[in-house]
Amino acid sequence: MQATEIIKLIDTTRCTACRGCQIACKQWNEMPGKRTRNFGSYQNPPDLQWNTWTLIRFQEHVDPKGNLTWLFRKDGCMHCTDAACVVSCPTGALYHTEFGTVGFNPSRCIGCKNCVAACPFEVPKYDASKDRIYKCDLCETRLQANRLPACVLSCPTGALTIGRKDKMLEAAAKRINELGGNANLYGDKFVGGTHVLYILSEKPEVYEALPKNPVVPLSIIAWKDLFKPLSLLAAGGVVVGSFLHYLIHGPKRPDENAETTKKAEGGE
Amino acid sequence: MSNHYIDLKNSDCILIMGSNAAEHHPIAFKWILRAKDRGATIIHVDPRYTRTSARCDFHVPLRSGTDIAFLGGMINYILNNKKIFREYVLHYTNASFIVSKDFYFKDGLFSGYDPKTRKYGKDTWVFEKDGRGIPKRDMTLTDPRCVFQLLKKHYSRYTLDQVSGITGVTKEDLLKVYEVYSATGVRDKAGTNCYALGWTHHTTGSQIIRTMSIIQLLLGNMGICGGGVNALRGEPNVQGSTDHAILYNILPGYLKMPAASQDTLAKYLEKNTPKSSDPQSANYYQNYPKFTVSFLKSLFGDRATAANGFGYSWLPKLDDGAAYSLMHLFDEMYKGKIKGLFAVGTDPAVSSPNTTKVRKALENLEWLVGENIFDNETYSFWKGPGVDPAKVKTEVFLLPASASMEKEGSQSNSGRWVQWKYKAAEAPDDAIPVGEITIKIMDAVRALYAKEGGKHPTPILNLKWDYKDSNGRFDVLKVAKQINGHFLRDTVIEDKAKGTRTEFKKGQTVPTFGMLTDDGSTSSGNWIMAGSFEANGLNKMAKRGKDDPTGLGLYPNWSYAWPVNRRIIYNRASCDLNGKPFNPKRKLLEWTGDAWVGDVPDGPWPPQADKQKGKYPFIMKPDGLGALFGPGMAEGPFPEHYEPLEGPLTRNPLSGQLINPAIQIFKSDLDKVANASEKFPYVCTTYSCTEHWCSGALTRWQAWLLEAMPELYVEIGEPLAKEKGIKNGERVKVSSVRGAVECVAMVTKRFRPFLVEGKTVHQVGLPFNYGWLHPKDGGDSTNFLTPSVGDANTFCPEYKAFMVNVTKL
Repeated sequence: MQATEIIKLIDTTRCTACRGCQIACKQWNEMPGKRTRNFGSYQNPPDLQWNTWTLIRFQEHVDPKGNLTWLFRKDGCMHCTDAACVVSCPTGALYHTEFGTVGFNPSRCIGCKNCVAACPFEVPKYDASKDRIYKCDLCETRLQANRLPACVLSCPTGALTIGRKDKMLEAAAKRINELGGNANLYGDKFVGGTHVLYILSEKPEVYEALPKNPVVPLSIIAWKDLFKPLSLLAAGGVVVGSFLHYLIHGPKRPDENAETTKKAEGGE
Repeated sequence: MSNHYIDLKNSDCILIMGSNAAEHHPIAFKWILRAKDRGATIIHVDPRYTRTSARCDFHVPLRSGTDIAFLGGMINYILNNKKIFREYVLHYTNASFIVSKDFYFKDGLFSGYDPKTRKYGKDTWVFEKDGRGIPKRDMTLTDPRCVFQLLKKHYSRYTLDQVSGITGVTKEDLLKVYEVYSATGVRDKAGTNCYALGWTHHTTGSQIIRTMSIIQLLLGNMGICGGGVNALRGEPNVQGSTDHAILYNILPGYLKMPAASQDTLAKYLEKNTPKSSDPQSANYYQNYPKFTVSFLKSLFGDRATAANGFGYSWLPKLDDGAAYSLMHLFDEMYKGKIKGLFAVGTDPAVSSPNTTKVRKALENLEWLVGENIFDNETYSFWKGPGVDPAKVKTEVFLLPASASMEKEGSQSNSGRWVQWKYKAAEAPDDAIPVGEITIKIMDAVRALYAKEGGKHPTPILNLKWDYKDSNGRFDVLKVAKQINGHFLRDTVIEDKAKGTRTEFKKGQTVPTFGMLTDDGSTSSGNWIMAGSFEANGLNKMAKRGKDDPTGLGLYPNWSYAWPVNRRIIYNRASCDLNGKPFNPKRKLLEWTGDAWVGDVPDGPWPPQADKQKGKYPFIMKPDGLGALFGPGMAEGPFPEHYEPLEGPLTRNPLSGQLINPAIQIFKSDLDKVANASEKFPYVCTTYSCTEHWCSGALTRWQAWLLEAMPELYVEIGEPLAKEKGIKNGERVKVSSVRGAVECVAMVTKRFRPFLVEGKTVHQVGLPFNYGWLHPKDGGDSTNFLTPSVGDANTFCPEYKAFMVNVTKL
């Protein structure tokens, strides 16, 4: 892969929800599988979590004509151009890579969870045991070694492809034209354009857990302009970072996320 | 598959029926999507809307076990609406053959039925022959006793109303499928079918496939690119198991297992070598003696001589008319008649029907040997739920085997490609390949026989048993070459047509099965594999050429496809009588005047129009033509709809025969049946999921896969769930007259009730991937619910249609 802006295209109309990507991601990133329970869905784990950076969401949908469809959406980091997580990160653990994607350096993460609150897609997930967040880095080291990300490599049907931004936008436009109907491209029109784009068969509002019009929170923008330049000067970053945390979270209560985290991780 | 996976991309219409291709053949599914990209229509007919349905143009739900009614309706539609490819039907099928006047079909039964034995005598399922012994034909297809007219009459009963009432498919949906699919009955269109366990797991499984074969012959879809009848077989190694005879009723290469009454080689060959008086029929199985004798030579080497019938008497024989399927084995074991069991790479305590009976039967064993990469519910049956280990006398041995990626060897895919693969990792600890385990055990057994004699030592001691390398280890290449076969003496092969003369030395591998002999001068462990090596020992299975000269995706230099590297079988039927392709845009084969060009043809002979040298295209059939009338089947030459052993109906709307009259009924106290019972009102079916493999005995130990599909669930349609007050995610009990399982309810829009004979019938379904051993709280085998009953021809168990109740826990 050339050191140039890239896009990963997720063509949901070719996805069979085999979950090869979900498993391959765990394999490459050496993330553990946890004991889950079936909660009445094929989807599992129920949500993205610190050890699950990509997830196929299953959704039964009946269109206005009464036709049943089963929508599969590979959820995960969208790798925004205007990335709220990068802006809100006080330590540079989250950063833009040479490919335009959002990389992650876990050794610099201080577990402040600013990114968790800032991300309009609810992607970064916090691991309390390590006091760290985790998210997809689009296999930055694999890209640097000119290899496909693990998820793309595992995809048997061509639902996942990756390449230079201009080429991928062209391919997406062609495919949407072929598909017709409600087919649309998701991701190119907000947060400066994401580096993961969806070809959706239905309008975005049909999909569960997919924001129709994601935006970077105003507080983050304020932070970026007023305080972040200071934080990058010195260790004061941590202090100022805490201020941001207050700004967007309010006063911290102990284990405020424990209950929902437990549920989202599938029990136990 | 008559065709191969890549060829699916060449189709104009793919009927996925009896298969959940996207979930169970996720890699191969890309070729189906490739066809869709090229404009093909992809249809999914299945009781449940699955991940496959999501990627098809449309999904049509049908009640489990009614596939023959659905497809019989399609035959009726094709014939009534003149959708047949007439040129093909007339010349390449037995449509014009005149059937014996003693043959009849009446109220669900064909002539020759014996209700006592539940078997047919097939004396009347024959053709009338002329003075030369060749079947009489009526090329106008109007004679009331010609196959075409009998077929028409038989399926005229499968009207839209009748089929809709049985299957629960609306008439609109029936017509939609019939219209789209039958549009492929023209020269330049191809329709294909993908099926899997959804067809084979029925008491009528073989006949469902036969019904599709009839449709394909009527539409001219056999032998062409993008056509065929395609079984999607998988990692359970169904292709390998049938090719290499891991089934009770066949020897390698689909040779028949001898019966006790065939006590000499001559009798066996007489019974199994078909004859044809028609000079235009290649009747390729006339070479049966060559394949058989070469097989015996591979087994017994120099000990097999013409004088001793090449050791034929040393082969085990089946009792005449008896069957020895998995269900028969467990039935006998339950009766206490089987003392020991080798369970190699299998977990029948989860995977076999009627789990209660299977697990009880295991307790009657004196010894059990497992060979596997993990422990499973079978090897640990003695400490399973409800079993007191102190009361089980069985001694169990579990031998650690290496996994497929830990050893070198060949893998056969559904498209008959036999691909050589190499060891990717060392096996852990003491684990070794099952081939090596077999060698070690057999070495010890042979030593014991040599020392102690025993009841019948001759076959064991006469085995040609040289599969070890210089270090005394299992040599997989030696085995592969033995399967291919050798010249056992210096041989000269003359080809008069080509004017060539080739010399082969003793010990060279036989480069094609055309060179096998019945005089003991060649060996071949499996005749269809003769040709997997070249004469110089080059392993064709290891070939990795990516050239595609036809542009049709045949890739002739990638691996070896049996037979003789033919990628699409019956391919001469893709051309007209003069050898010109019906569809010039997909030119699979063409006769150039002196040779065929394209795929490896089904024989070198000129096309059929050449009355002197030309041959019919279906060379493996004695008459050389596609069999619309198929007398080889157990339950009749035309497939007929019968209800499953357990179903919602008390009478078959089509006849007085409720269930398949030719199936065997097991009669132990645990073989209970509850047809049309108020206690068990819902149709149930079982299946796998992408994330697990078969019984789950391998995949449940894998944390990532278990995380994705953690435990047993039952899929229930919303209307039934509402009726029963069951909410999504609640725990429920699913029970049949034979047993019960507890699991999570998955309430879904993807199962909808059927309107069957005017009544609402609900269907539910469960995966068969779970067992008590691991995880401890993931649920147990769904086969507690299933009956031990199987297909009348193959005894493949009925896992797909039976009756249950669902109650909230």
